[in-house]
Amino acid sequence: MLEKLQEIIAEQLGIEAAEVKAESNFKDDLNADSLDLFEMIMAMEEEFGVEIPSDDLDQIATVQDVMDYLKNKGVEE
Amino acid sequence: MLDKKVALVTGASRGIGASVAKKLANNGNFVIVNYNGSKERAERVVDEIKAAGGGAAAVQCDVSDFEACGAFITELIKTYGRLDILVNNAGITKDGLLMKMSESDFDAVINTNLKGAFNTIRHASRQFLKQRSGRIINISSVSGLLGNAGQANYAASKAGVIGLTRSVARELASRQITVNAVAPGFVGTEMIEAMTDSAKESMTGMIPFGRIGEPEEIAETVAFLASDGARYITGQVIAVDGGMSIGC
Repeated sequence: MLEKLQEIIAEQLGIEAAEVKAESNFKDDLNADSLDLFEMIMAMEEEFGVEIPSDDLDQIATVQDVMDYLKNKGVEE
Repeated sequence: MLDKKVALVTGASRGIGASVAKKLANNGNFVIVNYNGSKERAERVVDEIKAAGGGAAAVQCDVSDFEACGAFITELIKTYGRLDILVNNAGITKDGLLMKMSESDFDAVINTNLKGAFNTIRHASRQFLKQRSGRIINISSVSGLLGNAGQANYAASKAGVIGLTRSVARELASRQITVNAVAPGFVGTEMIEAMTDSAKESMTGMIPFGRIGEPEEIAETVAFLASDGARYITGQVIAVDGGMSIGC
């Protein structure tokens, strides 16, 4: 899962996939603005076929948070 | 999926909304003619657009209903695959002096005119972000700029639309999504025709041009803001009012 997320996040933010780590904080480490986060979430919804309501964005600060969230939603790897 | 740009005009069965729908269709956009109660009139607008060689469809939705708006816009994007232009035109009046204005008359006007615009923008902006483009044009009013005795509710809703416009414009600017407001003056629609002759006369006296506006004159400005030529304009309020609000 991390690999796919790295790909999506790197593309969105125009950075190298290797820069994206599980512990990376979107805002502090990856310099994502709040709209970047929305857009990444939309890309993830498409990639993983889940719905992520805007209200749930508050739970997401790091890449690890996304992985935990997706696992909770039943997304395997 | 359409190759044309898709425009949604709320409250498009009559008045300014109908003119905007026709103008946008005439400029090559596919237009969703939204209505709440006036199905037949909305279908007539669609027929006129089709007769002129354009594309349009009439769709019912009460924009003051947040959930209904969400379902409406989701369905629209599913059907047409995109959304490029959103014109928040749906509006009602329930005029009366403040001393006599009921709470329900205040709420109803705010709910349609101001919250209705929030509702559609809230549900459409995901798609705009996805496309990294989009035009939002909110219809305000000269009443929102100047205030108008007997229209505390309406003027408040239309001034609110301006604050909404400016804030959302700032939020979405980094994605090249523009958000502007058009503030019509007195325009020859049923809303105005319902007034008494003497009221109309005193109103005309307030307009430097000396005449009320035509719905088409508002539609021209909306169409410009929706066009590629307006790509660098955002967060602005353009009054189309024959000079009524000069200096405001």
